[in-house]
Amino acid sequence: MEHFDLALVDWSRAQFALTALYHWIFVPLTLGLSFIVAFMHTIYYKTRDEEWKIMTRFWMKLFGINFAIGVATGIILEFEFGLNWSNYSWIVGDIFGAPLAIEGILAFFLESSFIAIMFFGWDRVSKKFHMLSSWFVAIGSNLSALWILIANAWMQNPTGTAFNADTARNEMVNFFDIALSPTAVFKFLHTVSQSYVIGALFVISISAWFILKNRHLLFARKSIIIASVFGLLASVFVSITGDSSSFNIAHTQPMKLAAMEALYDGEESADLYVVGLLNKNKDNTNFKGIKIPGMLSIMAFRNADAFVPGVNDILNGNEEQGILSAESRIEKGKIAIKALADYKQARKEGNDELADQKLKEFETNYSHFGYGFFKDKEEIVPNVPLTFYSFHIMVALGLFFILLFAWLLYVSLKDRLVKNKLLLIISLWSLLLGYIATELGWIVAEVGRQPWTIQDLLPVTASTSHLSVGSVQTTFFMFFALFSVLLIAEIKILITQIKKGPEKGGSHV
Amino acid sequence: MSYEALQTYWWIIVSLLAALLVFLMFVQGGQTLLRQLSKTEIERSLLVNSIGRRWDTTFTTLVTFGGAFFASFPLFYSTSFGGAYWVWTLILFSFIIQAVSYEYRTKANNFLGRKTYDTFLFVNGLLAPLLIGTAVGSFFTGSEFSVNRLNITNIADPVISRWETASHGLEAALNITNLSLGLALLFLSRILAMLYFINNIDNDSIIKRSAKTLRYCSSAFLVFFLLFLALILTKEGFAIDPGTRLVYMEKFKYLHNLIEMPIVLIMFLAGVVGVLYGIFLGSFKSSSRGIWFAGAGTVLTVLALLMLAGLNNTAFYPSTFDLQSSLSIRNASSSEYTLKVMGWVSLLVPIVIAYIWYAWKSLNKKKVSESDLENDSMKY
Ligand code: HDD
Ligand code: HEM
Ligand code: HEM
Repeated sequence: MEHFDLALVDWSRAQFALTALYHWIFVPLTLGLSFIVAFMHTIYYKTRDEEWKIMTRFWMKLFGINFAIGVATGIILEFEFGLNWSNYSWIVGDIFGAPLAIEGILAFFLESSFIAIMFFGWDRVSKKFHMLSSWFVAIGSNLSALWILIANAWMQNPTGTAFNADTARNEMVNFFDIALSPTAVFKFLHTVSQSYVIGALFVISISAWFILKNRHLLFARKSIIIASVFGLLASVFVSITGDSSSFNIAHTQPMKLAAMEALYDGEESADLYVVGLLNKNKDNTNFKGIKIPGMLSIMAFRNADAFVPGVNDILNGNEEQGILSAESRIEKGKIAIKALADYKQARKEGNDELADQKLKEFETNYSHFGYGFFKDKEEIVPNVPLTFYSFHIMVALGLFFILLFAWLLYVSLKDRLVKNKLLLIISLWSLLLGYIATELGWIVAEVGRQPWTIQDLLPVTASTSHLSVGSVQTTFFMFFALFSVLLIAEIKILITQIKKGPEKGGSHV
Repeated sequence: MSYEALQTYWWIIVSLLAALLVFLMFVQGGQTLLRQLSKTEIERSLLVNSIGRRWDTTFTTLVTFGGAFFASFPLFYSTSFGGAYWVWTLILFSFIIQAVSYEYRTKANNFLGRKTYDTFLFVNGLLAPLLIGTAVGSFFTGSEFSVNRLNITNIADPVISRWETASHGLEAALNITNLSLGLALLFLSRILAMLYFINNIDNDSIIKRSAKTLRYCSSAFLVFFLLFLALILTKEGFAIDPGTRLVYMEKFKYLHNLIEMPIVLIMFLAGVVGVLYGIFLGSFKSSSRGIWFAGAGTVLTVLALLMLAGLNNTAFYPSTFDLQSSLSIRNASSSEYTLKVMGWVSLLVPIVIAYIWYAWKSLNKKKVSESDLENDSMKY
């Protein structure tokens, strides 16, 4: 019999990471820009001012170019759950499939039905229906984010489910526990609000370029005002929901929190690292830089004296704090797995008494089930430096965006934007920073939860399909090549459209 | 509803989505006809803009079909996608290149050039119906895989479903039954596309050419479809003993299913008549109503075929490697609770269909015409 193949696991992870990161280049812009387009469309509907129509159409066109490739990358992700994570699809499909189906039924159809009207409805449907279609597209795309994020949140914090020993899988027992878990709520709020930040940065960046080129000045200034109001509100909300996410993680995924802060030895009144560098040490002498005393305890438990567990506490256990060591969890996990096998055997042989006994044993140890698949306790530690730096850069950028939007709004309202070269250049490049922040956010979330696909229940090593490494390598490079070519095409088309500028002259000054 | 009734209900919903997908694949069929039905650039542009406004609906139906299948029969999702890896990958690959092509083909500075994007459309138009048909054919002919839930307790190798051939699904294309279904689907999608053009485009030469091409496409379709029908109705099928739940081979299983489920028989006959009548209207009368008859007929026929494959104690995804590993709507489904939750969600489907219909109609009030394209900067 073949043995499971670490290379297969790694290539499957790489393929998922690649396709998800690509999908995520396009999705936040879709989510954010759709609302900006809907706002502008509404202003046009109310004022019937041609200027706003031109603006709406310009941003809509860019939206369409981005949308197409977002859809193209999304379909791969959905089917990859089956293609590369076949075991996962069976063991958690009973829960995980539902939000995906609901997403299709309720969100994608809303989006795709009205998107055709949004693009082609200009002289074909009534002005009101047309304007509403833009709103339906925005609502539809944001609803799709809701459902996929509920699915993802459940992987991070698997609530509302129970393992059924007879079918050998997790089954849903309470839909609302899953849909309304705090992890899902914070994840959704944080992710959509940061997408509005990306939408705002996109509009600002392009408008700043127009001003720098001395083109479409009126158009650009109006766009910037709309976008910076939207962006300011969104970015404040991003930092609030980001903080709530950390609070939530402290309770559901302590190892991820420890990795985000590179905290090796847990402590009371733990410090928050602001800026600095890590070294290779695996204890709390690993950081050189600035700290805020006690801040991590406040962030994690809303209490400056609270104990925050570190990597070593979770690895080696900490009796005082009631933390089991990884070794004993691995042992209990193996007991659970063995009990499940014995239970099935006993059932087959019709030995009900033994079966009941084994089932009890399984259930007592079930909360450690996933640990049973590990050989070595070190396997439960994610990549600490990657998680740490990703988290800190994301947060720093988040705070920077608040300042940027406020500054832009102030200068625009004072009507001094056109002369402020420095601010314009910063605005131009801020879009790139936005994309960096957003991709890093997912690295925090997804790398930080390694080695789990489903926290504590199913490690990535037990999630794969039965494939040869070669097949997955081949598809990895196929997708990599294809997506890269399409990304280049998209960027070229976008830039060309932007250079052309809004149609019919707009407001050449 | 009982658990059994819920499983049947969900098999019907998934089949309905598949049936709608086959109908909507007229978009793919149209993509294979862009060159054949046009003599000038303007004509080609009319064709592209006609189906281009619909590609997203087809695409979304595929995505939703996948999601619904995952939610209701997760064991199929994990066995078929993880196993027949290459077939599904090729299908998906063809959809990636489709999705961008409409939007990018005429945009300035589009990197690959219009020809490449049109080739992408052609490749998707060819591969998607052909390969999806081949994959669905294996619902009747079986594949080589094994399923063992006890594997989860094998720490070194916990994968539950395994494919037992190295070609990971490509072997399905070598089977004559599967292949004839794939080819039938390819020609059907072209037929539907031409009927749609006749309905949707305001241009006489395109309508004339479509009516003519319809005739030979229809004969090709009939040959492959009848071949497929003859093969499955005469072959052994994968039956399940209702008492022991063991799978065994039964002679003429699918023919029996057809006779034992009279509603399915009626649906099937009505579907075939609808398709033929639609073709007749389109090719001999150049009537714009052909698409509705052929479309409804397609939905009914596919629905009936999938019921033959999955209902009446039949294994819908049979394994020829290990008969008892075969998937049925009983052993592959989600839990009763999940099917119930999803059942509530499915009550919203009529609303969804209503607004899709409304959105579709409000855009199709005006046919796609040359003047239309000239006046509109939003076009493909
Ligand atoms: C422009 C993008 C952006 C910006 C400026 C921020 N975030 Fe963020 N963050 C994301 C984009 C993002 C994201 C891509 O949306 C993530 C990835 C997964 C998720 O739920 O949201 C994320 C995840 C994420 C997580 C992990 C959630 C999880 O693992 O489930 C935490 C703790 C934070 N963020 C916290 C913050 C804080 C305190 C910020 C301070 C301002 C912040 N983020 C700014
Ligand atoms: C935070 C994560 C995600 C969000 C917010 C999100 C959101 C979206 C949005 C808004 C779209 C519309 C098209 C576009 O991108 O422009 C889309 C497309 C798509 N996404 Fe994602 N997505 C996420 C991750 C995923 C994942 C992990 C999957 C895999 C299940 C997925 C599957 C899809 C599919 C299949 C499409 C194409 C559907 C269509 O519109 O026809 N997405 N996604
Ligand atoms: C679109 C935004 C997302 C990005 C950028 C992203 C990023 C990543 C990355 C980088 C990995 C690899 C981690 C590693 O192997 O170290 C990963 C794995 C994975 N992610 Fe995500 N993710 C996203 C959204 C989601 C969502 C919404 C889901 C589920 C609904 C999801 C499910 C998975 C799964 C199943 C894996 C593979 C197994 C694993 O490595 O745990 N991802 N993702």
